[in-house]
Amino acid sequence: MEKKIRLLKSKASEVRKLIVEMLARAGSGHPGGSLSSADIITCLYFEVMRHNPKDPKWPDRDKFHLSKGHCCPAVYAVLALCGYFPKENLWTLRRFNSMLQGHPDRRVPGIELASGSLGQGLSIALGMALGAKIDKKDSRVYCLMGDGEIQEGNIWEAAMAAAHFKADNLCGIVDRNYFQIDGKTKDVMSIEPLVSKWKAFGWQVIECDGHNFEELLDAFNRAKTIKQKPTVIIANTVKGKGVSFMEHMVDFHGRAPTEKERDIAMEELSEIEKSECETE
Amino acid sequence: MEQLYQRDVYGKTIVELGQKDKNIIVFDADLSGSTRTALFAKEFPDRFFNFGIAEQNMMATAAGLASCGKIVFASTFAMFASARALDQVRNSICYNNLNVKIVATHSGITVGEDGASHQALEDINFMRAIPNMKVIVPCDGAETKSAVIAAYQTGGPFYVRLGRAKVNTLMQKKDFVLGKGYQMCEGKNLAIIACGVMVEEALLAAAMLKERGLSVGVYNMPTIKPVDTKLIIDIAKKYGKIMVCEEHQVIGGLYSAVCETLANTHPGFIERIGVEDKFGQSGSPKELMECYGLSAKCIAKKAEQILRK
Repeated sequence: MEKKIRLLKSKASEVRKLIVEMLARAGSGHPGGSLSSADIITCLYFEVMRHNPKDPKWPDRDKFHLSKGHCCPAVYAVLALCGYFPKENLWTLRRFNSMLQGHPDRRVPGIELASGSLGQGLSIALGMALGAKIDKKDSRVYCLMGDGEIQEGNIWEAAMAAAHFKADNLCGIVDRNYFQIDGKTKDVMSIEPLVSKWKAFGWQVIECDGHNFEELLDAFNRAKTIKQKPTVIIANTVKGKGVSFMEHMVDFHGRAPTEKERDIAMEELSEIEKSECETE
Repeated sequence: MEQLYQRDVYGKTIVELGQKDKNIIVFDADLSGSTRTALFAKEFPDRFFNFGIAEQNMMATAAGLASCGKIVFASTFAMFASARALDQVRNSICYNNLNVKIVATHSGITVGEDGASHQALEDINFMRAIPNMKVIVPCDGAETKSAVIAAYQTGGPFYVRLGRAKVNTLMQKKDFVLGKGYQMCEGKNLAIIACGVMVEEALLAAAMLKERGLSVGVYNMPTIKPVDTKLIIDIAKKYGKIMVCEEHQVIGGLYSAVCETLANTHPGFIERIGVEDKFGQSGSPKELMECYGLSAKCIAKKAEQILRK
């Protein structure tokens, strides 16, 4: 277990560095939510999900759908580290002719379906979950949503339907980082009480620290055992996690770091990496 | 002449297709009785999903399921299939170029008594504007069957627009080819290009005009996208004068498609019959067709004005 966690931590640290570098080079994009969700996505691809980077369309794979499409740098970084495509591709993010579009596009190996217009992803994931059920596959479907995103009505239509259809192979994750573009979620449009909302819609709810791999792994493992209803993991996170001047800062929801900020961020991320190695 | 509900034909056709192909899944949003997807639900309960009154979820879920190799027929009224779920249709279905076949019923002014909120008059416009989407407006039962089969056989998203009321059978089943228009009757002075219920109105108008000594050709244009540009150009060359008839706003539908086709190379006289940028109202289909200038009588009157000018 300890070895597993150490590996996940080191992968997540690499992912964060790639996110910062990618966004600095692109000159635009969304660092805040990419960093808050980096541990969740790393955990899924390096431990939880059944997938094969050499065969992205493997029929028996588990599927991941990024409903909060603007946080694609985190997914791109993870996919590159898994070997879905060369790491060099990351430096073409948001550039003309790049497969790494500003929001996910199907042309990327490992990306199931496009996203970007918020609120539709849980429905898409439900469709995939129903597909697995119809074909009698034991594949699971994971859908990462933003906490601001769940203000979209479509999310709750999907939530109602997933419980109705008993989609127990569907696992939603809410990246609860407490911020959206215009400010704190509680100021812009309150989404609490989050746990009882999902419960009322018929979901099994698991709360956890979205930066703690033991808790994340435990949550994903518990979700696999829940039958007859879908599970949602409310992952409490920190917007901009890992870079001091981005943490809890709404400004970095949708602004790329400058070169100078990139350098400071890289130093900080290396420091964290070093201290983690020492404590172990 | 045989009279059929297009939606009856749709329901029966997906049952037939469903018997042959297990990959066909059908979705509805609490209107399965009206859209006739209930016929499929009865036959294949495991392959039918009712989403309740939640069209946005239905469309995006259809995208997710289609990505698993399924062919999803998603039905509701045209108003909700187009306007209510447009973002889901654009971003989840069309951007991903998925096998979702939207078959929408109760389109146009002939919905009648339900009034303006339920009379989809902008749906062709919405759907036609989205890349990857193909749009078919069948004129009768036979063409509905062919259109549904063509949508099933052809990859990518489709919007098939059906009406509420019974319609006379005008076409033979074997007539339909995706992307092709058809000459219904030949004429000399003016060509009418029509789709959906307007094909029969145009034929009736042509008969009235014939009695008055005017020779009008009528063309059925079921595929609005990709539209039959070759036929439209041939018509323009042959007749010089064209009148486009549709049960839709004059903005963005078949009239626009014809104008777009001819504007560059064969600009000429193109008159239009459609709803003139207005909302509908309650009434019988007959009353409304008359009131909004869509009836055979209205078509004949306008054609005569043009030709006797």
